[in-house]
Amino acid sequence: MNAATASDDTPPLAVDVRKASLVYNPHSDAPVHALSAVDLAIEPGEFVSLIGPSGCGKTTLLRVIADLEHITGGSALVNGVSPREARLARAYGYVFQAPGLFPWRTVLGNVKLPLQIHGRSARECESIAREQLQRVGLTGFESKYPWQLSGGMQQRVSIARALSFEPRILMMDEPFGALDEITRDRLNEQLQQMWQRERRTVVFVTHSIAEAVYLSTRIVIMSPRPGRIVKVIASPLSDARTLDMRDSSEFVQLAHEVREALAHGHDA
Amino acid sequence: MDMTLKRGPVAAALGRQGAPIAVVLVLIGLVWYGLAVALNAQGAIERNLADLQWTWQDLVATTWAMERPVLPAPHQVAIDLWGSITGWPLNSPRNLLLHTVVTAESTLAGFVMGTLLGLLLSIAIVHSRTLDRALLPWIVASQSVPVLAIAPIVLVILGSFGLSGVAPKAVIAMYLCFFPVTVAMVQGLRSPQIIETEMLHTYAASSWQALWMLRLPASLPFLFPALRVGVAASLVGAMVAELPTGAQAGLGARLLTGSYYGQTIQIWSALVMSALLGLVLTAAMAGLEHLVLRSRRQA
Repeated sequence: MNAATASDDTPPLAVDVRKASLVYNPHSDAPVHALSAVDLAIEPGEFVSLIGPSGCGKTTLLRVIADLEHITGGSALVNGVSPREARLARAYGYVFQAPGLFPWRTVLGNVKLPLQIHGRSARECESIAREQLQRVGLTGFESKYPWQLSGGMQQRVSIARALSFEPRILMMDEPFGALDEITRDRLNEQLQQMWQRERRTVVFVTHSIAEAVYLSTRIVIMSPRPGRIVKVIASPLSDARTLDMRDSSEFVQLAHEVREALAHGHDA
Repeated sequence: MDMTLKRGPVAAALGRQGAPIAVVLVLIGLVWYGLAVALNAQGAIERNLADLQWTWQDLVATTWAMERPVLPAPHQVAIDLWGSITGWPLNSPRNLLLHTVVTAESTLAGFVMGTLLGLLLSIAIVHSRTLDRALLPWIVASQSVPVLAIAPIVLVILGSFGLSGVAPKAVIAMYLCFFPVTVAMVQGLRSPQIIETEMLHTYAASSWQALWMLRLPASLPFLFPALRVGVAASLVGAMVAELPTGAQAGLGARLLTGSYYGQTIQIWSALVMSALLGLVLTAAMAGLEHLVLRSRRQA
């Protein structure tokens, strides 16, 4: 029991960021305002995308939530506790832009890595890792080495690795940015289906409008100099989605709205 | 046909490099025989041919068959090597293999100690900024002191503790070996990318886990080249250590007695033997590297 949940029975927000700011080189002539007065509340089970041009602070915001960066003002809570406590409690899995697989470990060994760090038994590591690989459709590749896999498959391994210890929150930093469009579409579809099945909280950084609209229940639009949130759009789309929906008028309308907000934020 | 399919990495490498190696070998042989004539001619004329009517053929034949030449011909060294190995029992001080084994012992002991010391130092340096600044300059400085100057000091100090034989030689071999291992491992342990380090951070891994699961495996491609250099340096250290000790056995001792008595052929036999020993040791390291890193491709 902690202070945030003791007051009432509702579960704490998955992410609760208030008036958060992050300034690099605050005492220099040219301080960089990476984040400025950012407010963001994410309910458990939401799929929230952070979208915006380079330098808008979307990755910085994700890294703050993941305790990889530290805010210089305001507050940030993850599951009702500080990002650091959440990290130590293994509350989230993080998928980086690059797969970051260890070349000396097999695919199975890479998925086992977090479990081994968490001190799980060898048998548990083995069975969980196999199950996770099955969930991302990589059964049969357990004993391959990363260099024997395509880029898309490598990123699927890294997703299986991030999910191996069943964190309630999944953070993804442009996970499909380096992949070709066809692979990207397929992985988006799989990720969407996985979210529907498991309803994990997902915080997803992207610079692709189509990706954000297709995946998200809420889209957070950010703008640079200083990095800030300019608009939050709740998706009117139903939770069950197909790639074909991208041609529907609802989808096109939403994508248009996001594009307008991005352009508006850029002018401001 | 099966031979080509089944041949191992060594045979494959030889197949690729066989012709160039053979060409270089032939060239070295030609130059060596030529130099033997040039360098031994004066002695041969003064001592062997002084009272005779000699031709060029006589001179060349004589320079290639002298008892104490300035530069013995390759076949003289080969015959001496072969004779010293086959002509005496293994425990005879006249058998070169005995000396090779003695030197190899202290080389390997020093190599293991030096590698462990290098590993410990590099791990300490990577984990502590203070040690990084405090230790590295001393480690570099240690290598600018000639090992010939260090060797007698080590012998005297260890001797006062009653240590003689392999121990002081191994310590001097270690002194030369730990340096390349330390430098390479500091670089290797720091080689993981930011993303890999941050990933372990998100798993809340301890720094020991980061060392064991990320830094050490990532450093192996840096370690093995250093081990090849280190084992060769250990051999040099072990042989140098045999020089001022008045050691009874070892390739270094063999070099020393050879030069006392002007037995140039014996010196060259010991030299060739030490080169062969060095080749075998570095090849063993290369084989180990191939075995350990065979499953890796890109970093």
